[in-house]
Amino acid sequence: MATPALRVEDIHKSFGTIKVLRGISIEAYEQDVISILGSSGSGKSTLLRCINLLETPTSGKVYVKGELIKMQELRSGERKAADRKQVERIRSKLAMVFQQFNLWAHMTVVQNVMEAPVNVLKVSKAEAKERAEKLLQRVGLFEHRHYYPAHLSGGQMQRAAIARALAMEPDMLLFDEPTSALDPELVGEVLRVMQDLAEEGRTMLVVTHEMGFARDVSSRVIFLDAGLVVENGSPDQVFNHPKSDRFREFLVGVF
Amino acid sequence: MDIQVIIDNLPLYLQGLRTTIVLVISSLLVGLCLAIPIALLAASKNKWASALPKAYIYFFRGTPLLVQMFMIYHGMGQFEAVRASFLWVIFQEAWACALVAFALNTAGYTGEILRGTIEQTPYGEVEAAKSCGMSNAQIYRRIILPSTFRRALPAYGNEVIFMLHGSSLAGLITIVDLFGAAKIVNARNFVPFESFIAAGLFYLAITFMIVWGFKKAEHHWHAYLRPRES
Repeated sequence: MATPALRVEDIHKSFGTIKVLRGISIEAYEQDVISILGSSGSGKSTLLRCINLLETPTSGKVYVKGELIKMQELRSGERKAADRKQVERIRSKLAMVFQQFNLWAHMTVVQNVMEAPVNVLKVSKAEAKERAEKLLQRVGLFEHRHYYPAHLSGGQMQRAAIARALAMEPDMLLFDEPTSALDPELVGEVLRVMQDLAEEGRTMLVVTHEMGFARDVSSRVIFLDAGLVVENGSPDQVFNHPKSDRFREFLVGVF
Repeated sequence: MDIQVIIDNLPLYLQGLRTTIVLVISSLLVGLCLAIPIALLAASKNKWASALPKAYIYFFRGTPLLVQMFMIYHGMGQFEAVRASFLWVIFQEAWACALVAFALNTAGYTGEILRGTIEQTPYGEVEAAKSCGMSNAQIYRRIILPSTFRRALPAYGNEVIFMLHGSSLAGLITIVDLFGAAKIVNARNFVPFESFIAAGLFYLAITFMIVWGFKKAEHHWHAYLRPRES
C-alpha cells in the first residue's frame, strides 16, 4: 500500500496533570476526507494542533508523507521539535484553517492570501497576486479583495482564510472547527466551499460539529472520547452501526 | 507687553527653533532604534532575556529626565577613564550630552509602549503565521511588528510631544534651543513674560504640527481598525 499522507502514532498530550490525548494513532491517505468528531474536551482540536506542531505531543510520533517529525527531549523533560527548518517546511505543506479565522488584521484580504506564498514559498509577487485573485474568485471574494478582515462577515472571513490556506498549494488541509464561530446562516457558504474541495480530491482533516458534513462529505469518520479513538470507519459504519454506546449518546445529544 | 523685544530677537528664536527640532528628531530616531530591540527582549518569555531591558525601562522611567541629563553632562567628566577615552569627544559637548540623555530616555518610554503592543498581538495571528511555515524572524518582521507599530501610534504620538517639551531642559546646559533662546532674551532685556510666552507659542506651533501629522498617520495606518467608509 502507498505511504500514508499522514501517520500519527500513539500520540499523548498532557497539559500539566490533565491528560488530553491518551494514545491516538490514525492514518490518512491521499484524497481522504476525515471528519474528527467528539464532544468538547475530547481532545480533537489538540490532536489537530499536534499534527502541525502548534502543540508539541508529550510522546508519540507524527509522520508526514513517511517523514518523521524529529523531536528532542529537553533537560527539563519537555519535548520540542528538534529541527526548526523541518517543522517550517512541513507546516508549509499542511495548511490550517482556524475556528477564529486568524486573518492578519492589518492586511487586506488579497494581502493575506499573498503573504505566505511570497515569504515562505518565495513565489514572485506577480504570480502570488494572480494565484490569490484566482482563489478569491473561487471562494466568491474577488469583489472584496481590498477589504480588511474587520470589514467582512464571519463567513467571508472564513472563506478568505480558506483561500489563504489554498494559496500554499498544500498537500493536506487541516480544519479546526471552521464553522463553529459562525452564525447558523453563514455556515452553509463555508461548508459549500469545503465540499467543493473534498470533491476536487483534496486530503482534508476536519474537526467539526457538522454532522451533515461528516456523514455526507467525508470518506472517514473518527470519534474521539476522553483522548482516545472510539470510532474509526466509513460514515456508514460509524453513523449506522456504531460500535460504542458513547457515540450513540453523542449522536442523541447532537440531534 | 513689549512685543518689539521679541521681534528684534526673532533670529535668535529661529536659531533655537532649529536646534530644538534637530535635537528632538535625532533623539527620537536614535531612541526608536534602541527601543525596538529593548521591547523585543522585554516581551520575551525568557526571564533572563527580559530582565535587563526591563531594568533599563524601569530606570529611565523611574528617574527624572533632568537628573539623567545632569548625570551625563556634569557626571561623566568626573571619571578620569571617561576623560581619557574617545567617549570624551562626546561627553565634553553639551549638545551631545543632551542628545544621549534624550535618546536613552525616550528609548525607555518607547520601549515600554512597544513591549505592551507586542504582547497584545492577537495570538491567533501568530499561530496562523506559524501554521504557514513562517520562521520566527518572518513572523516578527511581517506580522508582529507591522501590527505593533500601527497599534502603538497614538501612544507614540504622546511620547513625541513629551520629548519635544522635555527637550527644553537642554536650555539648562548652555544649549541655545527654544528655551535657551528665551532665557537669553530674558537675561538681556528683563522681560520674562514676553520672552517665555514667545517660546511657548513656538512649542504650541510644533505640537500642532505633530498632532496633525499623527492624525494623518493614524488615518492611513488605522484604516483596518475603523468601520469601512462607503
